[in-house]
Amino acid sequence: MAVQDTGIGDRLMRVPPAPRTQALRSVRRLPVRKDWPTLVIVAAQFGILVGLIALWQAAADHSWIDGFFWSKPSAIFATLIRFFAGGEAWTDIGFTFRSTIFGFLIGTICGSLLGLSFWWSRNYAAVVQPYIICFEALPKLALAPLVILVFGIGLASKVAIATALTLVVSTLTTYAGVKAVDPDQEKLFYSLGASRFQVFRKLVVPFCLPWIISVLRVNIGLALTGAIVGEFIASQHGLGRQILYAGNTYDIALVWVAVLVLSTLAVIMYAAVSWLERILRKGIRQ
Amino acid sequence: MSVKLRLDQVGMTFRTPNGAFTALAPVTLSISPGRFVSLIGPSGCGKSTIFNIVAGLLEPTSGRVLIDGADATGTIGRVGYMLQKDLLLPWRTVLDNVILGMEIQGVPLRQARERALPLLHRYGLSGFEYLYPNALSGGMRQRAALLRTLLFDTDVILLDEPFGALDAQTKLQMQEWLLGLWADFGKTVVFVTHDIEEAIYLSDEVHVMATRPGRIIESMPVPIARPRERGATLTPEFMAIKERCLALLMAGHDPPLSEAA
Repeated sequence: MAVQDTGIGDRLMRVPPAPRTQALRSVRRLPVRKDWPTLVIVAAQFGILVGLIALWQAAADHSWIDGFFWSKPSAIFATLIRFFAGGEAWTDIGFTFRSTIFGFLIGTICGSLLGLSFWWSRNYAAVVQPYIICFEALPKLALAPLVILVFGIGLASKVAIATALTLVVSTLTTYAGVKAVDPDQEKLFYSLGASRFQVFRKLVVPFCLPWIISVLRVNIGLALTGAIVGEFIASQHGLGRQILYAGNTYDIALVWVAVLVLSTLAVIMYAAVSWLERILRKGIRQ
Repeated sequence: MSVKLRLDQVGMTFRTPNGAFTALAPVTLSISPGRFVSLIGPSGCGKSTIFNIVAGLLEPTSGRVLIDGADATGTIGRVGYMLQKDLLLPWRTVLDNVILGMEIQGVPLRQARERALPLLHRYGLSGFEYLYPNALSGGMRQRAALLRTLLFDTDVILLDEPFGALDAQTKLQMQEWLLGLWADFGKTVVFVTHDIEEAIYLSDEVHVMATRPGRIIESMPVPIARPRERGATLTPEFMAIKERCLALLMAGHDPPLSEAA
């Protein structure tokens, strides 16, 4: 090429040959990744579960571990049957479920609205922000005993703790969405003669929806944690109370049963929220 | 001749920590109805400032904007403004994006859609009406954005480098498409571009701007008959205008890097 000489060509020429010669170069095939069929994966997962339970049972039967503190699968299973036959089970499950769902809904909805409200005034957002950050940094569970005193030992206090945990997450995430709204997009709306409310309704809210939705799964877990901690501190019902009670009376099998039921509840709620998230995402088509 | 859009001594000075910064020295400009006018100039010459002022998004520190002789300074919704990015809303279909202006002006949705559909078909977006913007190519997205601007039903439309991000070939197609649209709708168009050839080929007049402070340094008519063939860009009169524009733009430039080095 007839470009002016920059000296780069010269320098390239003078690069010494690489020390490794062609013969020494190691030649490999691209590593092949083999995927097991789904059935094999499921079988392996199931096998591990069965193996662990069997090992636990054997260990307790042969006194390799202390059956009193660790309990054992057969005892847990018997307690499980008794737990559901007793009739208390569904009251407890219902109680924990309700506190979680109410806390989740109130926290998520109020948090999202609070986050969206910051769009309306930068001054207001600037004034309120430090309080939100402080509240986020605060270990909210530390306030639980106080919440119980204020709201009593019934459902309200559990809902309050669950709300406190979920509210901030939703607020901050939604606020992040609000801050990410493209100023040019706002400019376009205003150039079309839009009012602030139109910009809010037709731009800010739909734009922030994916942010709002993205916290749902986090929040359902947090709400459950809040509800359980509330029940630990003082409650007449709930799976958390059941775990605490069983622990205090050394009924270790019952602890395991309550934990098992709680985990099942958590998985079901998580799946339901994931499903909800998919539906909502499809609805807004990001 | 009557005047559709008039800038009367419009100037813009920003206050900065280092003192006043004049983004736009007082500019006076009159544009007749149905004309296609281009502004060219280096970055920072105040093209976007002019657009923001005309669109009412920015209050000028001096002067007035007149539309049809009436003062329109600082009022929004008077002109259609297409920004550099297409700014289509990803959660809306192409059809619902295109009717945004009408929707904001309070036209019932059904009526707005009925009005937009035939235009989408006519101007190369049939088959795309119910797709979401992320399924469209750059050219198609610009088409949708332009139709949104046109369907806003203002006499004046401002186009800020609408084809800046497109590849050369798509750009040529879009220019023809835009000229067709302009001929059909009879809008008054103010067009900003960095591409001198594009400016001359499309316009009735070209205004060359300079920086520090932003101002119009020369206005020249483009006396080439319409409809123009592509070949028009190779005629001596086209070349003469292009050379004059180049000379003006280069004169205002800082010395090139190679000389400085």
